[in-house]
Amino acid sequence: MTASLATPATAPATPAPAKEAVDHRTSRLPAGWRIIAGKEIGDHVMSARFIVLLIVLGLAAAIPLYFAADRIRAVAEAATGAPAVFLALFTIGPSDIAILRVDTFVGIVAPLLGLAFAFDAVNGERSEGTLPRLLSQPIYRDDVINGKFAAGLAVIGLVLVSVVLFISGFGMLRLGIIPAGSEVVRLVAWVLVTFLYVALWLSFGLLLSVVIRRAATSALVGFGVWLVVTIFGQLITKLVQGLFAPASNATADQILGSYQAQEMVTRILPSTLYQEISTVILTPNVTQISTPATIGQLEQAQSQIPGLLTLDQSILLVWPQVVVLVALTIACFGAAYVLFMRQEIRA
Amino acid sequence: MERKKAIRRTVREPGAGPDTSVSPDAGAGPDATGTAPAWTGTEPEGAAARPAPAARSASSTAPGPEPRREPDDRPAPVIRTKALTKRYDTLTAVDALDLSVRPGEIFGLLGQNGAGKTTTILMLLGLTEPTSGQARVVGLDPARHPREVKRRVGYLPDAVGFYGGMTGRQNLRYTARLNGLNGKAAEAAMEEVLDQVGLTDRADDRVETYSRGMKQRLGIADALVKSPDILILDEPTTAIDPLGVVEILDLLRTLVHERGLAILLSSHLLNQVQSVCDRIGIFAAGRMIGEGTVTRLANLFGDGSAAIDVGLDLKDPADRERADRVLAGLKSVEAVTRPEPRTDLWRLTVRPASDEANVRQAILAAALEHGLHLTSLRPIVPSLDDIYRTALERRGMADTAVGRGAASAGGRTAA
Repeated sequence: MTASLATPATAPATPAPAKEAVDHRTSRLPAGWRIIAGKEIGDHVMSARFIVLLIVLGLAAAIPLYFAADRIRAVAEAATGAPAVFLALFTIGPSDIAILRVDTFVGIVAPLLGLAFAFDAVNGERSEGTLPRLLSQPIYRDDVINGKFAAGLAVIGLVLVSVVLFISGFGMLRLGIIPAGSEVVRLVAWVLVTFLYVALWLSFGLLLSVVIRRAATSALVGFGVWLVVTIFGQLITKLVQGLFAPASNATADQILGSYQAQEMVTRILPSTLYQEISTVILTPNVTQISTPATIGQLEQAQSQIPGLLTLDQSILLVWPQVVVLVALTIACFGAAYVLFMRQEIRA
Repeated sequence: MERKKAIRRTVREPGAGPDTSVSPDAGAGPDATGTAPAWTGTEPEGAAARPAPAARSASSTAPGPEPRREPDDRPAPVIRTKALTKRYDTLTAVDALDLSVRPGEIFGLLGQNGAGKTTTILMLLGLTEPTSGQARVVGLDPARHPREVKRRVGYLPDAVGFYGGMTGRQNLRYTARLNGLNGKAAEAAMEEVLDQVGLTDRADDRVETYSRGMKQRLGIADALVKSPDILILDEPTTAIDPLGVVEILDLLRTLVHERGLAILLSSHLLNQVQSVCDRIGIFAAGRMIGEGTVTRLANLFGDGSAAIDVGLDLKDPADRERADRVLAGLKSVEAVTRPEPRTDLWRLTVRPASDEANVRQAILAAALEHGLHLTSLRPIVPSLDDIYRTALERRGMADTAVGRGAASAGGRTAA
């Protein structure tokens, strides 16, 4: 290198502004978020955490499936002609351990997916010292956060779809259960809702990565919140139920009222919302998800002839829950976005 | 590693301790390593009288080192700020900064940590919005057109980082793609810059195996891969060993001369700034307290005198008397300091400083005429270190708000 510049002092007569490679600078710049997302997807797929999560989610699917396979025959015999046997693969578990159902298990593990792909999105770049360099490239600042969000969604979608396909394939090949068209549609809807639920956690992770400067801290906080929502959530629910429990001499209306109050409190947790949506979509014969408001409604529900809902009716039943999940996702992502745009670049 | 540490310490000391009666050797750190920048050999006045290349281009008519007096046929500035100010709550990080950098010029921002150098750079890149004032980079307002500006400005951040799991080449490719470079054009550009920074043979290793110095060089390659018009380097030579520093400074000079780049670099390492920059801005507490070539700064902040060391081989005390008379009798020589016993270096103080070259010629002639055995003749280059201290001190006297700078400049008072 030193040899290549014999005498820098002998400057050219005029500092020549000669530019050979100008062509790329006159061309349109590519969409920055796509390039960032492309790089992030590559990073995610090659990362150890991806492999680990794939294994965890695979186990989450395989273990319940093992028990479901055992019980589904009995269910299938009992429900000959019923169109929901295939979906039962996802909703049946061992009779004694309620948690070992695919839908429940996925509901517990899926948030981890979202957190895992986002908790260090921004603060990781910050601590590696790559953020100033990245932002000094000709991109908009939101390209960074959009690209990372898109990459997370893409990878999570990939994982979810492959797990569901794995279960379906197992059901079809090993158990000989062929899904009806409506069941396929319901399954797709369930995957979409699960995707939405994971997106909520992804944007929450993103928010943590913007707010908290150290990746380890944000991972711990995310994990803590996940623990509270999915595990301790049930304990909190129990506690609330105790508080709102109707007195022994309560009237029927009072009892209904206290149940409604309990329900409202548990619905603060997004996990409850997801669980309700998941149940309704995967089980076509669930016709009611909320506590009836009056005795009349209760009687009506009890005297109802059991039947199957069509998908649009099921979705109508849980539409409020879906809307709340969407709103929460937008709120988290919006907060992360705004905070990131306002943040100083320097540490 | 140890060598690196030791030398870095000696390089920093002049800036840290108040007691350094700076000799030119101490001020010329990288030059002393042997691979001195070529211009110190070709220009007798050394760094002190080194004109800006813009001035040099017109030097046949106007040899003055004073860029402001040049006729305005120079290229228009690519970086220009007017009263640029950035305030955080109570702290004013950058205070009414006026700055201009032209193509083919290396401008050095010199200042202590926290003086506002990085904030200035971030404003120039549109990464931070100025509180008030104006900035124009390649004719554009960086706050409004950050993408266009960032496309044409290569930036090496302070403590640059890379994705450790990716190779150097992959990191560069990512940058190239973000700049709209793809395929063969990108590979060719990457190859060129990797060669320029001397990383070709390590380009396919993961960056996490790189040393700090290699990362720094990769950072320069990363800033160059978009073939920018302007290069902004924040502390480019920190953590690089002295030989590497020389190489990097050489590279910067080559870039300026071959491509006509404009380079803005910030540093707190005085001698490096002095050795590579055409013009220097001294920064303290967000204000630029002095700006220009080293000579101009010396005129501004020096006491107007220059010094020459004359080596005379004199055995006889009578000869010493004679030499004293001869030297003191020369025009513009203000004082003659006799050598310590058993040494033979005479220190002449010349006033005004601009007569220094004439005095040296006169010494040669006088030595011949009077038969004095001359062994060496060396101008004492006004060190940026001295200038910097004086500037900070005056600033401190004028404005107590800059007390930090004055305090560190400490005991030395300007004559």
